[in-house]
Amino acid sequence: MNGMTRRRFLRQGGALLAAGSLPLSLVEIAFGKSSPENFSFAFLSDSHITHIKGKEFVRNWDRGLIRAVAETNLLDPRPDFIFYGGDIAQLGTPEEIDHGLELLGGLRGDIHYIMGEHDYYLDLGEHWRKQLGPDHYSFDHKGVHFVVLNSILTYDEWTHDKWDTPLRRMKEMARLDNPQGSPFMVGEEQRAWLRNDLAGIDKDTPIVVMSHSPLQKIYKGWNFWTEDAEQVQELLKPFTKVTVLYGHVHQIQYNQIGNISFNSAMATAWPWPYPASFTQEASYLPRLTVNMNRADPFFERDATGWQFINMHTGDVDVHYILPDNRNRVVAFNDKLGHPADTVYQPEPDRIPPQRHY
Amino acid sequence: MNIRARCRDIALFFLLAGLAAPLANAAPLGLPAEPIPSDNPQTAAKIKLGDRLFHEQRFSADGKVSCSTCHEKQKAFTDHRRVSEGHNGLLGTRNAPTVINSAYMKTLFWDGREPDLEGQSKQPPVNPVEGGLPNHEALLEIIRADPSYVEAFREVFGVDAADITIDHYAAAIASFERTQIAGNSPFDRYQYGGDKTAMSEAAIRGLKVFTGQGRCVSCHRIEQNQALFTDNRFHNIGVGFKNIRGRVGEIAAEFIKAKNAGADVDRTVLADPDASELGRFAVTEDINQVGAFKTATLRNIELTAPYMHDGSQKTLEDMVEFYNNGGRVNADDPFSPFLSGGIRPLNLSGQQKADLVEFLKALTSPGVAAEVTSTRIITGKRGEPES
Repeated sequence: MNGMTRRRFLRQGGALLAAGSLPLSLVEIAFGKSSPENFSFAFLSDSHITHIKGKEFVRNWDRGLIRAVAETNLLDPRPDFIFYGGDIAQLGTPEEIDHGLELLGGLRGDIHYIMGEHDYYLDLGEHWRKQLGPDHYSFDHKGVHFVVLNSILTYDEWTHDKWDTPLRRMKEMARLDNPQGSPFMVGEEQRAWLRNDLAGIDKDTPIVVMSHSPLQKIYKGWNFWTEDAEQVQELLKPFTKVTVLYGHVHQIQYNQIGNISFNSAMATAWPWPYPASFTQEASYLPRLTVNMNRADPFFERDATGWQFINMHTGDVDVHYILPDNRNRVVAFNDKLGHPADTVYQPEPDRIPPQRHY
Repeated sequence: MNIRARCRDIALFFLLAGLAAPLANAAPLGLPAEPIPSDNPQTAAKIKLGDRLFHEQRFSADGKVSCSTCHEKQKAFTDHRRVSEGHNGLLGTRNAPTVINSAYMKTLFWDGREPDLEGQSKQPPVNPVEGGLPNHEALLEIIRADPSYVEAFREVFGVDAADITIDHYAAAIASFERTQIAGNSPFDRYQYGGDKTAMSEAAIRGLKVFTGQGRCVSCHRIEQNQALFTDNRFHNIGVGFKNIRGRVGEIAAEFIKAKNAGADVDRTVLADPDASELGRFAVTEDINQVGAFKTATLRNIELTAPYMHDGSQKTLEDMVEFYNNGGRVNADDPFSPFLSGGIRPLNLSGQQKADLVEFLKALTSPGVAAEVTSTRIITGKRGEPES
């Protein structure tokens, strides 16, 4: 009885499983092969913990981070480590950063942190660095070279000379479409450090660069943008396989520029719409990005999420875990030579962009 | 003759004879048209057979448990127990949901592990803590050995005794269950029937809380011209979280290990109270569905206590308080980290909470209420005097 329905049901169940389950069945068993080895890590980002007063914080953003931490702890096998993609805080106060770190303290495993502009522009990263150490560094893991950059710096004049108070500076940088804003950049000093860091690395070693802002130019008004992106890309060009992972955009983006694959992280706090829907001008949104379906405002976690990442033979598959929504996987596609959404890539399967009023 | 052709012939017969009455009732006030699967059309004979099978106690290890044991008409097709009691007094882990209006559900069981009533009906007889039969063959042997069943299956499905399968059984039970739909509650008459006196003032205020500050309607949906009071989705609302607090990781890992080794979901979640709390995750293995359970309909809720997947809430007042606390029994209990994004403290006043309860009581269908003899929660073993 009802064979058709049952088969369809099972197939849909299976699709869900592949998209969002524990990665147990997804991690390719390739140990014993020549390096790089296969492994996975988790990637949480953009919690925007917001202090109200005393011990009160905005509940919604707290819950997003708490849920992401709890779900990350269910990953089995355990990820090798966890990246936090920046913007722990909303206005960069010690209270917000410390409360965020307390919630992140529930994670099982080592965490590597990336500086976001909301962590930085109040005290220029002082409290963050006091708690977490340097804002740019590199390390090697199972044959992959990881580089962490602070990509949210900007012109010295804007940072040091323009504002009466640190809080004013923080709030100006937090605004979207701010005519008084200033573009993010990695800056000359860090680029020199990066050049030096990469000098000793074999060109066939897979490189993963972690930054808060995209190291590509998408939409300047919201700083989905890094002013010196081309110069950073230039330093990465000699390597066979490079992946850039970034936070900041609160939406799923992916792109390929030459040898560099780009993947974004979802926020645990709230989603941003795609900037194309708010501007009449041409958008530089990566051509390959498939628009995210929009949030149901009742379900506060809808269109937020976190991700775990499978690295295999130096390529990256990003598994987006999206509460109250359908999980998605953006995987590096060997045939196409770029990252591709595993479900929505074929044109007819896509959810058309929706108009926002 | 195959089942489909046989059913088509029967349907044709009724059509020609002008006897469509029991098969194509207009939906009661407040309900949408009832979905009937095209490969299992309603026929009078099939419904009658399903009714008999639904009440058949021989499909159990101790000969005392039928579908109706836990879904009793006089108890609004529930059992008024915290969790259901199977053969030889064995207890499961889940509260029996009502059969009434289950025809509209997109998935069955609290965790949606079956897609339809047909699939659902096959599980309890062979679950070790429910019917306790070793397999479906044991059930079919009872049917095949009973001439009156053989005759009925022949009439309905056109099969000989040897060809009766569990799918025939399931089709008949599902057909019977699809006759149990009920609307026309005071709410329906107020909302859809144009009778503004059908609900009390308190219930009308409660409806405002339901659709406003109470945020209930986002999952327990009311549509423009009908209301099923469910979104057919799965949410973690905090129920049962305390029981597995701090152990979710190990319980999930254990469960997945067992499932990969061949353990059956239906058996595992009803036998293991820890695994039961994994909810929808047990079916989909999706990390963000841990502790998520299906949104239950609220129709006839006054008659179906106790509440929630584990029967942990005894009264409507308790349940409202639980939601008002943002998915916690007490206001100082910890929140589940897996809590659905829709659940948060509601800050309802005492008046608003009381009004909400009055509204919930306005969701009772008169036809259902007329059959119900008691709504008291039962704590003793079956067969013992009720406490």
